[in-house]
Amino acid sequence: MKQLLSGNEAIARGAWEAGVQYASAYPGTPSTEILENFARYPGIRAEWAANEKVALDNAIGASFGGARTMAVMKHVGVNVAADSLMSVSYTGVFGGLVLVSADDAGAFSSQNEQDNRNYARFGKFPCFDPADSEEARQYVGVALDLSEQFRTPVMLRTTTRLSHSKSAVEVSPPTAREFKPLPPFKREKEVTRVIIPAVARKRHPEIEERLRQIAEWAETAPVNRIEWGDRRLGIVTVGIAYQYVREVFEGFSILKLGMSYPLPMKMLRDFAEQVEQLIVVEELDPFVEDQLKAAGIAVAHGKDVFPMCGELTLAKVRAGAVKAGLPVAPIPPAVPPIDEVEIPARPPALCPGCPHRAFFYNLSRQKRKVMIAGDIGCYSMGVLPPFQAMDMLISMGASIGMAHGFKQAGGQERAVATIGDSTFFHSGMAPLASAVYNRSNITVAILDNRITAMTGQQENPGTGRTLQGEETQEVDITAVVKAMGVKYVKEVDAWDVEAVGKTLKEATAFEDGPAVMVVKGACVFIPEYKPLPRLEVIADKCIACGLCFKVGCPAILKSEEVFEKTGKPKAVIDPLLCTGCTVCAQVCPTDAIVPMESDYMAGR
Amino acid sequence: MTIERLNMLFVGVGGQGVLTASDIAAQVGLDLGLDAKKSEVHGFAQRGGVVESHVRWAPVVGAPICEKGTVDVLVAFELLEAARWIDWLRVGGTVVVNTQQITPMSVSVGDAVYPDREALLEALERRAGRVVAVDALPIAEEAGSTRTMNTVILAALSTLLETPPEVWERAILRRVPAKYGEVNRVAFRLGREAAQR
Repeated sequence: MKQLLSGNEAIARGAWEAGVQYASAYPGTPSTEILENFARYPGIRAEWAANEKVALDNAIGASFGGARTMAVMKHVGVNVAADSLMSVSYTGVFGGLVLVSADDAGAFSSQNEQDNRNYARFGKFPCFDPADSEEARQYVGVALDLSEQFRTPVMLRTTTRLSHSKSAVEVSPPTAREFKPLPPFKREKEVTRVIIPAVARKRHPEIEERLRQIAEWAETAPVNRIEWGDRRLGIVTVGIAYQYVREVFEGFSILKLGMSYPLPMKMLRDFAEQVEQLIVVEELDPFVEDQLKAAGIAVAHGKDVFPMCGELTLAKVRAGAVKAGLPVAPIPPAVPPIDEVEIPARPPALCPGCPHRAFFYNLSRQKRKVMIAGDIGCYSMGVLPPFQAMDMLISMGASIGMAHGFKQAGGQERAVATIGDSTFFHSGMAPLASAVYNRSNITVAILDNRITAMTGQQENPGTGRTLQGEETQEVDITAVVKAMGVKYVKEVDAWDVEAVGKTLKEATAFEDGPAVMVVKGACVFIPEYKPLPRLEVIADKCIACGLCFKVGCPAILKSEEVFEKTGKPKAVIDPLLCTGCTVCAQVCPTDAIVPMESDYMAGR
Repeated sequence: MTIERLNMLFVGVGGQGVLTASDIAAQVGLDLGLDAKKSEVHGFAQRGGVVESHVRWAPVVGAPICEKGTVDVLVAFELLEAARWIDWLRVGGTVVVNTQQITPMSVSVGDAVYPDREALLEALERRAGRVVAVDALPIAEEAGSTRTMNTVILAALSTLLETPPEVWERAILRRVPAKYGEVNRVAFRLGREAAQR
């Protein structure tokens, strides 16, 4: 049966079909749905690890034990896992090991758009680049076979456009499967799985030879293919870029690479010789182009006309072709944009009811001068209006280390680090231990919304539930912080505006090492969140002071009614959006915001 | 409108059901015996931001996203978003717009003003070959649940394309939980009636 599957769903399917028996991941857009989907198949184990390095280490252990395995992460997650990745290339694998790197060309929801194909060359392992969901499904199996044949880790790289696009895949319902224990583990006489210097030195030349052999394999691998057409122009392309190429350059010859490393150089050279002009169309870095040029193959056009930055689109590929004077159809005329009225921007915002709101409201109104180091999560939106309460943000778990460094270097202001529960487990514990050890008076606010929220509500070590829905031990954040020797530790109700403010004031005044406040309140999207009666504004009591607008809730709108004395708009609450969290009601100086009587009576 | 090669762009605000609706529209393409692809941008956009989803039908679909100037039907779940995305429409293309207005944070914090409804609709009329405006939220309420709003909009869309309505209804019912089947059936009928009025 033909079914529309996203690239991520197809990878999950492919992994299950190819016999992956254990997979580990840390959620991150655009990779998250891979493990969420894989977790639903029978006869496998799928887990959220605390971070990407743990996920890869889990997979390495499984592979060394003999299992087919997969580690999944977004592109920047591979940076976290890189330490183990570089060395598992040296040891080699036992059971097939695929690392899925979901890159984010376009930086739709990431801090950069790094091109992880570079990791393949850096780490000397192959990289597969599917162009649609069907290929994504198939390539997982091809990658696992190759991984076992050459005992190499293999990267399967997607970009957001592949991960989150749906195309038809031929699938049948999954059949029953039992989880199989591994065969008895044998200790090696001559160690290869223990990467001591002597092993590394011996393995390095073998890795170089392995890469040469894989390049040989690539020459005849079906994943690399030529679609012959008009030979006046030959296009080398890879991954999702193929989809734009086949439309824009319809009728010309295309060499479609299914893997970007190592390249089938003989095949490419033959292709180059048989076309009048060779161009390379690839997303982000000139990864293939540079390799072709280094091999002495003439490339007429590549990154000189096709952009290096952002994701490719039909329009960008067409524009590049037009710029290079290549024979393609012109850019279609479009309807002109609207300029007679101004179209306001629609920035993302903390959701109605969000447990981060009272904290950022307080943080944005600090009288004491503070420097705020942020972290990766929904609370990154603290940088946006109306809060604008964030001064630095660089990567997962970095807030605590940055706040500490700022302070130790002589920073005059109080340094506040804001970090989420999942991010704390990911990479916030080590910098906190370091700050305790080096005794800085920083304030750390752990915004514990009881879930990994930004990526769509995934479980983590603090939630008491696993990816596959089992109940498990909940790691107690407050206890962890206390055990590290932090002398000021306080839990506070996320929606209690006054209590959050008071705790923040105390914590930023604390002078005996790091002060940690754990702001606790469940994300509105999880069952633990209990909506209260929705709120409404009593118009007669509203004095249009605008304070409730400052809490930045999408449910609070400007009313058409104005307060006579000032002519300013009063507030009104959208009943479709309100969850009754009461943060706005708490900041209202005239008690004009009250629960809707109908909800109250209905027992909501 | 003929359907052998059709580009649709679904736009709206996070939480409106844009992605589900575009999923269903892509499935309808497959059910009609065509190839179909769909592509969405979400992530940060889920938090009340702009959501866009491309749906393409053809005998063989290449790129999963449309090109600016090639969108046959712009399906906007919110009035302002129709205006924001209008320049993706091909000359002579059609706009299906839900006239619901959702205030963006830039407006509620006072940095911007939500444009006048009539001015927006006129600006759309000036540019599109045809504008089909539907006030889907009250229709969904009438059907029995505001959650059927995307069914109302899909129903309006279905009236513009040379497709059997049963194919749409079937695709919708396959996607929604069984207990919402009846309200969606009603919403589909009311949506078609509203668009044909």
